[in-house]
Amino acid sequence: MFTGHRERNILEFTLSSLLRRRGKHLALVVIYTALVFLLASVMFFAGSIREEASIVLRSSPEIILQKMIAGRQDLVPMRYAEVAEKIRGVQRVSPRLWGYYYSPATKSNYTLMVPDNFSYGDGHIVIGNGIARVMSAAKGDRISLLSPEGDPLTFIIAEVMDSRSELISSDLMLVSEGDFRELFDMPEGYVTDLALSVKNEKELSTIARKLSELLPGTRPVLRDEILRTYDAVFNWRAGLMITLLGASVFAFAIFAWDRASGLSAEERREIGILKAVGWETSDIILMKFWEGAVISLSSFLMGMVFAYLHVYFTSGALFWPVLKGWSVLYPEFRLLPHVDLYSIFTLFFLTVVPYTLITIIPSWRTATMDPDEVMRA
Amino acid sequence: MRHKKAEVFLIATAVMATLLCLCLLHGRVQENLRADELAKRSRMVEELMLTDLALFMEARYTRHLSLADRHSAFQDHPMSLEHFPAGSLAGPPPHLTGVER
Amino acid sequence: MIELKDVTKVFNSGRPNEFAALRGITMSIEPLKVTAIEGPSGSGKTSLLSIVGCMSRPTSGRVWLDGREITSLPERFLTGIRRKTFGFVFQQFHLIKGITAIENVMLASYPTGESRPGIRKRALDILGMLGIREKAESKSQWLSGGEAQRVAIARALVNDPEILIADEPTAHLDTRLSEEFMQIFMRLKEDGRTIIISSHDPIVVNSGIVDSVRIIRDGVLA
Ligand SMILES: Nc1ncnc2c1ncn2[C@@H]1O[C@H](COP(=O)(O)OP(=O)(O)O)[C@@H](O)[C@H]1O
Ligand SMILES: [Mg+2]
Repeated sequence: MFTGHRERNILEFTLSSLLRRRGKHLALVVIYTALVFLLASVMFFAGSIREEASIVLRSSPEIILQKMIAGRQDLVPMRYAEVAEKIRGVQRVSPRLWGYYYSPATKSNYTLMVPDNFSYGDGHIVIGNGIARVMSAAKGDRISLLSPEGDPLTFIIAEVMDSRSELISSDLMLVSEGDFRELFDMPEGYVTDLALSVKNEKELSTIARKLSELLPGTRPVLRDEILRTYDAVFNWRAGLMITLLGASVFAFAIFAWDRASGLSAEERREIGILKAVGWETSDIILMKFWEGAVISLSSFLMGMVFAYLHVYFTSGALFWPVLKGWSVLYPEFRLLPHVDLYSIFTLFFLTVVPYTLITIIPSWRTATMDPDEVMRA
Repeated sequence: MRHKKAEVFLIATAVMATLLCLCLLHGRVQENLRADELAKRSRMVEELMLTDLALFMEARYTRHLSLADRHSAFQDHPMSLEHFPAGSLAGPPPHLTGVER
Repeated sequence: MIELKDVTKVFNSGRPNEFAALRGITMSIEPLKVTAIEGPSGSGKTSLLSIVGCMSRPTSGRVWLDGREITSLPERFLTGIRRKTFGFVFQQFHLIKGITAIENVMLASYPTGESRPGIRKRALDILGMLGIREKAESKSQWLSGGEAQRVAIARALVNDPEILIADEPTAHLDTRLSEEFMQIFMRLKEDGRTIIISSHDPIVVNSGIVDSVRIIRDGVLA
């Protein structure tokens, strides 16, 4: 591009030419930058979340077995665990005890869980950092949870989970099995669901089929399905993404139409003048290339940098109100950057390239006409 | 007066491109620096047998997206305005929509 | 030496508003001389000059430039010839609005690949020679008619062409400015350039610097 002075001379002219309508072009750059910023922010944010899920949730149980009654998830009798254990290929069946607790005081939902071996014992609780935040509670404090009858059960906070794990643990409360059953008045011999580990991943679907055969009314959820769920989160098919993308594409189409609908008489005249004084068709095209590239490239670069700062230095602050929705509790997490060059190139090819082409193409015909024709027209 | 405007533009573009590269570099460095954080979270998922990210905590079917069943409200996607915005950000699990498998 | 043989130019060919602006022009233009094309408005002067200046192609007929047939050359060669051999001063000046006078002059040299400081120096020298150096940084739309024309002349000269073409150069000038214009062209002729001027202005056609006058009427040379 910079072998000679020609390119820079023409760039210089293009910039002078763009600066003539600096208000219009500045507005264009601002809108365009905002567009790239929005798309790139979503891309970075969603990319990081998906990457996080795909790595972290790889450690999820291979199969979760739920029991369904009349379309509702129901408690699983421990007897089911014995049946499941006998299926060939099943290595281990771990009962899971968990549920939701609504706290009227903070108007938020927590997830109560019983870990495999809760070392702190009855009367103690481990809480997620998000809960600690909304309750302004700390290690050593006492908190009460209400049983269905309204009796308070008091716990000593034994530990607040690491804030760096908020993305998975923000709303978790860990208690002992005894406390859990007492709090929810849950009968012995029943658990929430079963987690199965399997010897050979290849046998997963066979095992899942056997489970439904031997234990009708149950539903196995495979780890692969869990992973796929998060693969699809924030993907382009999700409603808000469609709206966002749709709006951007629409806005872009307006630009494009404005450009492609032809050159103004003034622009045609100018091309004619340039041709008449000795510019070649390729010089005109180069000028139009710069015209598109100056605007789209600066917008792209600025939009990308701002988006990166937004997502990874402010943790996507602008998205919070949207993501938080109705919930009181929202995890505060510092997203782990996930740089995906492929998406960056995709965004580049979706923004810079079409805009530049759209700037060049309508001038093509004009640039190949005889200059006197262009000027008279 | 040489290529005043052209130089300003090219320098500004180079600066922006460098900034972008620095951002991406920052990303790579962070990915490595904070790998242990990720490993810790993975361990936690394994120990507690977790199935979901704590992303949307407004309702049970959004808190545990992957366990949403065929009868949960979350399937009113994508126009599930009653669960906006979570319902618009995350689709129903693919294994429920029958699109795949 | 420019030669034209049986040159015709038909506009809107094949349509109801078809119009033959030039009908069988055969002429030759002497190098290093000033040739005036005289004719009333609508007689085909601009059409003729733009064919001579390689800005448009004749509908039929041939044109030779220094013995080289140029009518059949591809567009790319015509552009090169336009840039190196001809300087064109349009009747309406055709300056680009919104940019400075000096940039209007310089832009004709941009595609040559010469460095900007070199072009700029030459453009300033030419503007100085034409007496409007102090207008160099003025936006072109604020120039008076006479100034705008000098900027247009400067632009025509910036690539140092052998042949200078001016289409009705005095049409927008008062008597004093018209005479000044003729002085400028006198100097350019003395510099050793071929000059072609179209006009129906007595100041031009009767001036001492014109070597030969050709009269055109309804697209035919008299
Ligand atoms: N592009 C065009 N389309 C149709 N008619 C044209 C076009 N250009 C010039 N003419 C016609 O050709 C004739 C000669 O025009 P022109 O060469 O401009 O004459 P002059 O310069 O002597 O006034 C005029 O009648 C004009 O209307
Ligand atoms: Mg005319």
